Amino acid sequence: MKIQLLKLAHARSGDKGDTANVGLIALREDYYPLLVREVTAARVREHFEGICRGEVERFELANLGALNFLLHESLGGGGTLSLMTDAQGKTFSTALLRMFIEVPDEEARSLGLDE
Amino acid sequence: MKEKIRIASGQGFWGDMLDAPVRQVKGGQIDYLMLDYLAEVTMSIMQKQRARDPRAGYARDFVPLMREILPDCVERNIRVTANAGGVNPSGCAEAVRDVARELGLGGRVRIGTVTGDDIMGRLDEFLARGIELRNMDTGEPLSKVRDAIQSANVYLGAWPMVEALQGGAQVVITGRATDTGLTLAPLINEFGWREDDWDKLSAGTIAGHIIECGAQASGGNCQYDWQSIPDLANVGFPIVEAAPDGTFVVTKHEGTGGIVSIPSVKEQLVYEMGDPHEYITPDCVADFASIQLEDVGTNRVRVHGIKGHPATEFLKVSISYSAGYKAVGTLVYSWPDAYAKARAADAILRARLERLGLHFDQILTEYVGANATHGRLAGEPSPDLPEVQLRVGVRGADRSAVERFTKEIAPLILTGPPGVTGFAGGRPKVEEIVAYWPALIPKTEINARVEVTEA
Repeated sequence: MKIQLLKLAHARSGDKGDTANVGLIALREDYYPLLVREVTAARVREHFEGICRGEVERFELANLGALNFLLHESLGGGGTLSLMTDAQGKTFSTALLRMFIEVPDEEARSLGLDE
Repeated sequence: MKEKIRIASGQGFWGDMLDAPVRQVKGGQIDYLMLDYLAEVTMSIMQKQRARDPRAGYARDFVPLMREILPDCVERNIRVTANAGGVNPSGCAEAVRDVARELGLGGRVRIGTVTGDDIMGRLDEFLARGIELRNMDTGEPLSKVRDAIQSANVYLGAWPMVEALQGGAQVVITGRATDTGLTLAPLINEFGWREDDWDKLSAGTIAGHIIECGAQASGGNCQYDWQSIPDLANVGFPIVEAAPDGTFVVTKHEGTGGIVSIPSVKEQLVYEMGDPHEYITPDCVADFASIQLEDVGTNRVRVHGIKGHPATEFLKVSISYSAGYKAVGTLVYSWPDAYAKARAADAILRARLERLGLHFDQILTEYVGANATHGRLAGEPSPDLPEVQLRVGVRGADRSAVERFTKEIAPLILTGPPGVTGFAGGRPKVEEIVAYWPALIPKTEINARVEVTEA
């Protein structure tokens, strides 16, 4: 079944120049492996197509149950150069939480995600 | 040696809650108060202020704050670390000294200043010697923007502040120092950590990272179960309760609002994160993958297990340069067809700009209420939207073109689509763009200067 990341994670995002960073944090420890498996750098790049114009890097933080993504060339030049409402990339966090991932029905049931 | 010390965060940026540091001092026991005032572009603003008035160029809010809290700080021996000095730490220190004397605290307060971060006057010397100060993000040489540079400062770390604290400073005022150093310096000073205690220096750095954005670690801007976070009107700013072994508890004063929880701390940990295995500061390279969090009571999160690596041979340089002009104009369109009307207005505006022969490096149109934050991820806007704000921004090197653009917004009210309002603020303002140029410089080129004087 398809499950939205909003049900699996919380997130915070910010900026470094023209790069947005999104920290994606599993709501429960047992959701983390699912995020590692499904929310790949390639998948995030596809999700932000047309918004992120550069590469996407991913880093794993198993100790925090979190993934950190760097979305390069995403902020219209970044900092003061950017004309965007969200020049600091603050809402990239919730934009990522819009993503749906495919979870096998049985796995979803065992994680209590089938309601 | 004390068994633990409490360091309170009082300011996450210049413009944060004015009374937060006062509440940190008066709301319970603390040993240190750290205040972060400097965003990347702040230095260039301060540089301009100092050019007009040689006594200016620092965070002015800091002086009335000191007037309010200095008596308490002296009475209870609370020491303050603040990068409020901007481009004029000595001027800031002078103003605080005056305040101390007016409060009858002359002879009872020592004030430390850290300078040496300002390398504006040495840029040509560096370039001549082959220190290129290339842009860390783009790789371009500094010569590309040399004539437009407005300020250039090195990020100093914790050690110069430690020297000031060891010299007995009650208040340490720095220019461009790292946010994390403001927390790490008190820990080094109290616990006698060595320059190669990489794990402990990393622990202190991560403690600094957690509290440097103020309430963003204690319930502010916290997405996790946000509706259940209590009493943000009375939000308590975070406090680190640290032990000599590098472990610490994140907490806040009793009776304050907000929350300190594992989710609130995690959200701040990942904020503005690059490669989490290599969080580089002048003092160490911290590994965020080593952090262990433990819930040890209401509004108490214990942080332990932190590992780090030796510091690099470089310091980061923050250079600001003038990069043209920009302006943003907005109008609000109402139901029915709010989004369609806003789009039509944008097309009319762009046709007129074209006809006027105005050229810009960029024109950006956003529709607030439809898709300004999430773009196409928000989906096709509903035709029933009650209103949409048209927001058009332009940017370019030619000030007069940007100026002319600002005069084309209001005419749309009587010459464009119907159902329009929201122009009470008048013409948009033209802003000078001060852009940011990050670079690296060998540590051996920089000498921080520390001075401690009695008020």
